[in-house]
Amino acid sequence: MSRTTTEATPVPAAPAAGVVPPGRAGRGGPARRAASPRRATPAMRRLHRTEHRWAAAFVAAPVLGFLVFTLYPLGYALYASLTQWNGLTAPRFIGLDNYTRLLSDPYFRQTLGNTAFYLIGIPIGLVLALLLAIALNRKIPGQTAFRTIYYVPVISSLAAIAIVWQFAYNGDFGLVNQVLAWVGIEGPNWLQNTATVKPAIIILAVWKGLGYSMLLYLAAIQSVPRSLYEAASLDGANGYQRFRSITLPMVRPVTFFLVVTNIIAGSQIFTEINIMTPTGGPEFSSASIVYYIVRQAFRYQQMGYATAMSVVLGLIVFVVTLIQFRLNRRNSFSID
Amino acid sequence: MSRRTPLSTTAQNRLVNTVLFVVLALGAVVMLAPLLWMVTTSLKTKADVFALPPVWIPDPPQWDTFTRMWTDTAVLSGLKNSVVVAGTVTVVGSVTSSLAAFALAKMRLPFKNAIFLGLLAGLMIPYPTLMIPQFVMFSTIGWVDTLLPLIVPLLFGNIVMIFFLRQYLTSVPDSMVEAAKIDGASYLQIFGRMIFPLIRPAIAAQFILWFMTIWNDYLAPILYLNSESKQTLQVVIANLNVEYATQRDYPLIMAASFVALLPLLVVFLLFQRQIIESVALTGAKG
Repeated sequence: MSRTTTEATPVPAAPAAGVVPPGRAGRGGPARRAASPRRATPAMRRLHRTEHRWAAAFVAAPVLGFLVFTLYPLGYALYASLTQWNGLTAPRFIGLDNYTRLLSDPYFRQTLGNTAFYLIGIPIGLVLALLLAIALNRKIPGQTAFRTIYYVPVISSLAAIAIVWQFAYNGDFGLVNQVLAWVGIEGPNWLQNTATVKPAIIILAVWKGLGYSMLLYLAAIQSVPRSLYEAASLDGANGYQRFRSITLPMVRPVTFFLVVTNIIAGSQIFTEINIMTPTGGPEFSSASIVYYIVRQAFRYQQMGYATAMSVVLGLIVFVVTLIQFRLNRRNSFSID
Repeated sequence: MSRRTPLSTTAQNRLVNTVLFVVLALGAVVMLAPLLWMVTTSLKTKADVFALPPVWIPDPPQWDTFTRMWTDTAVLSGLKNSVVVAGTVTVVGSVTSSLAAFALAKMRLPFKNAIFLGLLAGLMIPYPTLMIPQFVMFSTIGWVDTLLPLIVPLLFGNIVMIFFLRQYLTSVPDSMVEAAKIDGASYLQIFGRMIFPLIRPAIAAQFILWFMTIWNDYLAPILYLNSESKQTLQVVIANLNVEYATQRDYPLIMAASFVALLPLLVVFLLFQRQIIESVALTGAKG
């Protein structure tokens, strides 16, 4: 990066400036004619062919990467999910056996349920983030400082955060229970308790993601024209009405974006689980679906079975995303 | 807010703002507390970690925990490996991504939009669905326990980055590119002298965000990296967490975790305006 940057820096001012004006001033005509695909002369066709070749060369890398590292593994995953496979010897075709086995696997059902449970954190996080953004949007002293502070967990390494929170949730000497002790509450041993381990992880996830959602909401709110609120106030709308009828519809696209991306990411929750509860929690009560996939594939070498689970996960993510796009299209309306 | 509002509303506003300030300040404490606690714990003695009532401020601070960390653990090699992975990927990947974005936004190419949509569709496939076949692919060519599986696939470009750069390039008039062509500039020259300088701010923003993602990546590294000297920093601290927890050496674990997030924290504090703006833009575009 730095090398490319230093080479390019001195150049642009001169050539770019030299190149642009003539094109705009004098040669716009021929340039536009050259751009039209109709009535192409052989010379022009040759030029286009050169351009095609260069363009193809420029997009070759991502296309190749897509074919080799996405499409091929995807196809292989679909095939491998129909096989018994330990990753070392050749896969043996067994039809839909893996999928029927999934239906009766209590761990699969449990980890799927746990993963769905973690998604409760999404609405909690979004409501908090929106409230924060509305508060920050008022001219409050230290606005920038608050924005920065709330964003720090977002940029922090999730592994490091998970380690700290694992320690903070320790029943005897963790930060959480030490603080709770101030107000006379004797906190549980959060991560060792089936009732508290999932809420504990949700709290961590909300804490970690709050700054990001808040930032997007704040940007959306700040782009709402002032005049809308002023007009509403003149019409006698109170604060709540202004929120219901202006703020909420205006931030709708952001809400949609956050819900979709949070569900996609949340259904793949793994790092927190693997670090904070390395065994999947008491009675497997914190294990997520990706945790279970990784365990079956890389500890027990059940690659075929794990792949079938990963295909189901991919399908769920795909279908849920599709449904959301449908719902969004049906409910969306324009306010301008 | 405006000149027309009566005085009483202004006073009320001030009261609301004060209340909100207090609430936000309390929230800020909650956001920072675990991180501060991580730092103070790293400076405590092993015994003080378990002291009751809790020791909040270590006295005297045990700076030698950090010396121990450099000499006794793999934090240094982890740091080096993380820099190698994140650095190589983002530098090379940014070049391939911006060339592709240029071609997709400003050049003639049959099936251009279909190619772009196909690449975007790839984003919908979760990594866990691909990781097992990818792992077997890389293990057959002997790349397990090397950094290559973490680097090579990403050198081919980042679709998210391509998406945003392409978006950014739509604001550049086609006539500029056409004019440069007529002046006899090659496509590489057009990219290097005209397009690259124009999209540099967008590249920089995406570069930082991408670097952060790779730096913090955990799932792929734990699948591939077995020997301690090959592990990236996130894997190193996760293993330290298991290994040293049995020895109850929490100061060391916290020190290593702090070091793992410190580089990005510094980058963030230095470039916070650019980072925050580009993130806000991500949401607006997405």
